[in-house]
Amino acid sequence: MSHLLEINNLDVKFDTDEGRITAIENVSISLDQGKVLGIVGESGSGKSVTAKSIMQLNPGNTIYNDDAEIIIDDENVLKFTSNNDLKKIRGGKVSMIFQEPMASFAPAIKIGHQMIEQLMIHKPLTKKEAKDISIDMLNRVGIADAEKRFNQYAFELSGGMRQRAMIAMALSTMPKLLLADEPTTALDVTIQAQVINLMKDIIKEFNMGVIFITHDLGVIAQVADDVAVMYLGSVVEQGPVNEILKNPMHPYTRGLINALPDINNLDAPLTPIPGNIPSPLDRPNGCVFRTRCPHASKEGKEENIKMGLVEVKPGHWLDKCGVDCGKK
Amino acid sequence: MSKNIVSVNNLSVSFDYQENFLSKKQKIKAVNNINIKIKKGSFFGLVGESGSGKTTLGRAILGANKISTGNVIFHDDDRDYDLTSINSKEMKEYRKKAQLIFQDPYAALSPRMTVRDIIAEPLEVMKITNSREETDEKVREIASKCRLNLEHLRRYPHAFSGGQRQRISIARALVSNPKFIVADESVAALDVSIQADILNLLKQLQNELNLTYLFISHDLSVVAHVCDIVAVMYLGHIVEMAPSRDLFSNPRHPYTKALLSSIPSIDPENKSKAIELEGEIPSAMNPPSGCVFRTRCPHASQDGKEENIEMGLEEVEPDHWVDRCGVSCG
Repeated sequence: MSHLLEINNLDVKFDTDEGRITAIENVSISLDQGKVLGIVGESGSGKSVTAKSIMQLNPGNTIYNDDAEIIIDDENVLKFTSNNDLKKIRGGKVSMIFQEPMASFAPAIKIGHQMIEQLMIHKPLTKKEAKDISIDMLNRVGIADAEKRFNQYAFELSGGMRQRAMIAMALSTMPKLLLADEPTTALDVTIQAQVINLMKDIIKEFNMGVIFITHDLGVIAQVADDVAVMYLGSVVEQGPVNEILKNPMHPYTRGLINALPDINNLDAPLTPIPGNIPSPLDRPNGCVFRTRCPHASKEGKEENIKMGLVEVKPGHWLDKCGVDCGKK
Repeated sequence: MSKNIVSVNNLSVSFDYQENFLSKKQKIKAVNNINIKIKKGSFFGLVGESGSGKTTLGRAILGANKISTGNVIFHDDDRDYDLTSINSKEMKEYRKKAQLIFQDPYAALSPRMTVRDIIAEPLEVMKITNSREETDEKVREIASKCRLNLEHLRRYPHAFSGGQRQRISIARALVSNPKFIVADESVAALDVSIQADILNLLKQLQNELNLTYLFISHDLSVVAHVCDIVAVMYLGHIVEMAPSRDLFSNPRHPYTKALLSSIPSIDPENKSKAIELEGEIPSAMNPPSGCVFRTRCPHASQDGKEENIEMGLEEVEPDHWVDRCGVSCG
């Protein structure tokens, strides 16, 4: 069976005034229908750029490598040039939910109007049908008084409500693939719990594939089936969520887990990962994590390593450089 | 037994609100009848969702918000400062002793000032030092305590990462040698590994400089880790207050229970048993009568008897305070 989404050897570079910077290097991931892939990492690790590449939303100074492939339904998105082709992806087969719902709705247009507009672009519907679908969708995501909310502006809704409306809008076109970029980060914990449960139900009901981007390992543990840990544009560890979180092998994954305050173990010290994430302008050669790795060798042999994932256990993929030091 | 450094007695803070210039003025009670005592040398945590009044309470204690009723008293070694009857000269003294660390280290630092000037500004404004040499000396001393590279003092904030900027903000808050610090969501904007670093730094500085913190956060696991005592706020009221271990192992109020159960567990097999709260926090303009939590409370009675309850904390165990309404239903 072919995958719903397949990304092969993706490199993303940006041309800036200060030079060409590498945002993503050699990322390969795949996703099946009905599955949730979590992408986790610190700011600047390339999580959002990966998602935006799928929708071709990266800015004009973006350079993709020639042999990269992003395949959805046997078509390589990166080879799309015309707007009509891209329309099939953006809001059609793929929808995206952003972190800040206030920024994703136009402030001066009613929510209902925005929902109808995007539905009618993608589906041959009359205005009436589009309205019915939109209101039905608002009801499904648990918005009370959907008819009233439909005629309101984004600022009239609370944060949790706005995020629900955003989810309703993203789902109304019945996408096959949903990209959720930090969808719960701006929400309070009780609202976050509501939104997570809602998303889980909807993912099951619509049987779509989801890429769930977050920096919160707790959210990943609750939502995702598989997880990819990213650092400075590279995937350093990848596999089923249970395996990765219970048996992390890459020093970065371990570092992330150790830095996290665990409410069930208040005596555990908080151990920060030493140093800072390097600027993408001087991305380390070889193993990207070597500048902060507690196991980095004195003689600097990690400088000459070529990164790449190897399967250490069935389903558990680990960066080559991390295989040795992960055993320590 | 150590002494209190801050006592908050029956404190309420309200804001005037007018929908438009023709409509009647309304009062919004952001903080309602709060009583807390912060012990010297403690790490006092204040948690709650957005709109619960955490920040307003913190600012009122610093004298940055007007107090409507009640009072706040800061107990210094030799004298007390009562913030309701303080004059401007005393206020200046108080400002040296109580300082604030902000949430967003990107917004809190002026991009046009060097790090040295940013840290030195409080010294100059409060006229603590008399010469440039003395100022420089103090800046270097605090910067090295906050683990800043002294060679970086001549640079501008844009050259620094989030974690380094937060260390600059901390150095600026501590340079006047305060005794009491309000840290308002000071790690919320940081990545987890940097968050761990800053939390460790705050702890270490507490020991070195004998500080007392009021630590405001929405993140319960962070609060559980660093704080000795925690107060949970909901819609302007404290609904539960206890030593943190006690609070997290034995929560009594239904809101505290729901908050704790909402934290996503990092163990994938421990699928969430979140007590899902219905709806959202009501608007402070129109708070529920009686128990403010009753509109979302899973134990609210059918006959609505919670509407007529007067809120107030009761001591259910030594040092463990729970709102009256929550005692019975918890």
